[in-house]
Amino acid sequence: MDLTLAWAAIIALGVLLYVVLDGFDLGIGILFPLFPDEHDRDVMMNTVAPVWDGNETWLVLGGAGLFAAFPMLYSTVLSALYLPLVLMLVCLIFRGVSFEIRAKASRTKHLWDLAFIGGSAGATFFQGVALGAFLDGIQTTDGRFSGDAFGWFTPFSIFTGGALVVTYALLGCCWLIAKTEGDLQRRFYRIVWPLTVLQLATIAVVSVWTPFQDQGIAMRWFDSPLFYRLLPVPVLVVACAWIMRRSIRSKHETRPFVMALGFVLLGFVGLVASISPHEILPGVSLWDAAAPRSSQLFTIVGAAVILPVIVTYTTLGYWVFRGKVRHGEHHYH
Amino acid sequence: MHSTPEALDLARIQFAFTVSFHIIFPALSIGLASFIAVLEGAWLRTGKPVYKELCLFWSKVFAVAFGMGVVSGVVMSYEFGTNWSGFSSFAGPITGPLLTYEVMTAFFLEAGFLGIMLFGWNKVGRKAHFGATLMVAIGTLISTFWILASNSWMQTPQGFRIEGDHVVPVDWFAIIFNPSFPYRLAHMAIAAFIVAGLVVAATGAWHLLKGRRDPAIKKMFSMALWLLLVLTPVQAIVGDAHGINTREHQPAKIAAIEGLWETEKGGTALNLFGLPDMEAETTKYAVSVPHLGSLILTHSWDGEIRGLKSFPKEDRPNSTIVFWSFRIMAGLGVLMIVLSVAAWFLRRKGRLYDSRWFQRFALAMGPSGFITLLAGWVTTEVGRQPWVVYGVMRTADAVSPVTAQQVGVSLFVFVIVYTLVFGTGIYYLLKLLKHGPALPGSADDANHTARRPLSAVTQSIEGA
Ligand code: HDD
Ligand code: HEM
Ligand code: HEM
Repeated sequence: MDLTLAWAAIIALGVLLYVVLDGFDLGIGILFPLFPDEHDRDVMMNTVAPVWDGNETWLVLGGAGLFAAFPMLYSTVLSALYLPLVLMLVCLIFRGVSFEIRAKASRTKHLWDLAFIGGSAGATFFQGVALGAFLDGIQTTDGRFSGDAFGWFTPFSIFTGGALVVTYALLGCCWLIAKTEGDLQRRFYRIVWPLTVLQLATIAVVSVWTPFQDQGIAMRWFDSPLFYRLLPVPVLVVACAWIMRRSIRSKHETRPFVMALGFVLLGFVGLVASISPHEILPGVSLWDAAAPRSSQLFTIVGAAVILPVIVTYTTLGYWVFRGKVRHGEHHYH
Repeated sequence: MHSTPEALDLARIQFAFTVSFHIIFPALSIGLASFIAVLEGAWLRTGKPVYKELCLFWSKVFAVAFGMGVVSGVVMSYEFGTNWSGFSSFAGPITGPLLTYEVMTAFFLEAGFLGIMLFGWNKVGRKAHFGATLMVAIGTLISTFWILASNSWMQTPQGFRIEGDHVVPVDWFAIIFNPSFPYRLAHMAIAAFIVAGLVVAATGAWHLLKGRRDPAIKKMFSMALWLLLVLTPVQAIVGDAHGINTREHQPAKIAAIEGLWETEKGGTALNLFGLPDMEAETTKYAVSVPHLGSLILTHSWDGEIRGLKSFPKEDRPNSTIVFWSFRIMAGLGVLMIVLSVAAWFLRRKGRLYDSRWFQRFALAMGPSGFITLLAGWVTTEVGRQPWVVYGVMRTADAVSPVTAQQVGVSLFVFVIVYTLVFGTGIYYLLKLLKHGPALPGSADDANHTARRPLSAVTQSIEGA
């Protein structure tokens, strides 16, 4: 078996899980400004309080997995994306700490609300920027980053940053529909369709823009076998949107979330199709960037055993905290 | 683009700054997680409410410390790539898998069960809840295992060969169980328990000084002091063994710690105090005891210890720093033993809860665990310079090809953000500690199981 490809698949899966899980929980912070009432905010935050740490751990796994299996990629990409990543980390600090402190503060509660909003939106934005910059291509010489400190700062990457904010906001909104009830839930129903429309627009723009960014990507996309295999993607996007519309009308509680996941999944397929394993960085193939076999083997044995266990107890955790979160539920006096 | 010396210095400062901030929180949460598990276990066995009370109280403290540990830790795991890309592409094939194992076996375990531990009191049964608490505690210890395997491998590397521009792991067992690992693991794990023990004791002392005498306060004060009585002497013994191991594998570090310049024949003196001067190659104002150096570091009267002059100038670690950081650690370590023994005497005389001077002493020692911990790390890390992988890769070759401005700006941002965010975090931790466990019979005592301890202080503590 090709360990290198297997590792690429594990990391891709880890990133997908991260986007899905931390996506909805960052999305809650992004939606905060629309819900100024303190009690509503308490409920929104409580829906993820027991799980956010686990969600974020997938990001750490992505980083560590890349470090272990593709140290050369890890070191080049991370130093190329130095500033956006540092800013993302700083935003994650603000937001993680607000989980602990917001509820303990009284005079400064509004400041921690701001930290939560800014941290969530900022972390999302810079993740999107990093993604866009990676698709733009990273300049290397002899396997070391040789580009400009601000090479990541392009109109395209700014746009992908914004697009990810929309994606996470939609995920967050659909999650909240599933986890809340009554008046609060009604207000989420009201914004979910506009968010879906925005999401469709960003998907369209990114799809048109991406092939223009990089010739390699354009060639891959319009290369005939792949082109036909990718053809169902836009069709499925439209189908998801249609089902979304219907489920919102019929006030279905969980289906909107599933459809939002559908958008993420389809976007991810497009993304994976854009990245060529033969040209993961200009002139560098996935196999050139791979760690020695002994490193990949040692780690994959553990991953094969441990990742299923992790998925099991993570699911268990979600199951323990299933059901609706209510106003004031967590307050004991 | 190539890195400059300024970028290197800034990257070092940034790493030292962020990791120092990070380590403070995990140390506390490693210790507290086990303490909480013991409390919960005692509650399940005896059914005494005082244990549950303490369990809930320390869970709140733990939640804050843990949260800060997580967010500052995520920064660390990316910093290798952003700041030390030379290091990560060279040593990544070894340190990468170790970090990945840490994520898979420890971070997920902690994060997965933390929710149940903190919010699950009413959602799962007592035994299941205890199981979750245990998982979290075990997770923190597994985390210690992996990160120290990685750090120790960088200190005493083995089990690999070099191929082209990177290392290739040959023997994973040798890599993980490298020569300095057992000592460092034991020393650090005990250090974490001591840190937590001192914080618990100081909190108890504070409330005793304020006049509280309810069972929860007495219990935690007493438990922490028993723990310290056992662990502080053990820590000194482990530290001594660690030093002997270091003399074997990193002799330049030991010479720098001792401020020794010449290799003396027939027994080496120990410099108790002095000021090592790297330029003049001598330790000024030295106060030394003949033969004591040999006695401590070789356990023989006339054992030989190599002096710094026997190493090329460019291979010498900064003796001025490690000489003092080591003495701060060992000095405070001795003071901790004094504290624990004093507690033991008072206990035997039945005056443990009444002696005010002792309570002030215990209160003052509260932060000393953190200081000792950082002093220990500074000794270890500065003492291994100029190497990042000892004898294999120099720190100067490890840095990323980023500009000094980039590193400078991000360092500036980190300093501001850390001071602000973690400063506030520590402020709330102190508030929590000052508030103390619920008074028996009060509204927020153990019968009202808090289900949201992450924000468990249901009454706002800010004005309190
Ligand atoms: C797993 C690895 C690891 C761990 C657990 C630590 N360090 Fe470290 N440290 C490094 C890996 C490292 C490093 C990446 O290897 C550095 C960066 C440059 C260097 O030479 O070593 C370093 C440098 C470094 C320096 C600068 C030394 C100098 O330039 O002279 C200081 C002061 C510290 N560290 C302090 C700490 C503290 C206080 C730690 C824990 C509490 C700590 N380190 C844990
Ligand atoms: C440079 C070295 C280090 C790196 C890269 C690192 C990385 C991390 C990361 C990514 C996390 C967050 C995990 C999560 O998402 O749950 C974390 C937390 C943690 N780290 Fe570190 N860490 C380092 C040093 C240390 C050291 C020296 C120790 C202890 C000996 C330690 C012990 C822990 C523990 C116990 C946690 C769990 C959170 C907590 O208890 O506060 N780490 N670390
Ligand atoms: C008085 C007794 C002590 C002695 C003799 C001692 C000895 C040592 C030595 C020789 C080292 C350097 C290891 C190296 O060469 O890399 C060290 C490191 C360290 N010490 Fe101590 N120590 C003592 C007490 C303490 C205490 C009380 C704490 C914390 C509460 C502590 C925390 C540390 C830490 C965190 C390190 C760095 C990690 C490591 O290398 O293990 N030490 N100690």
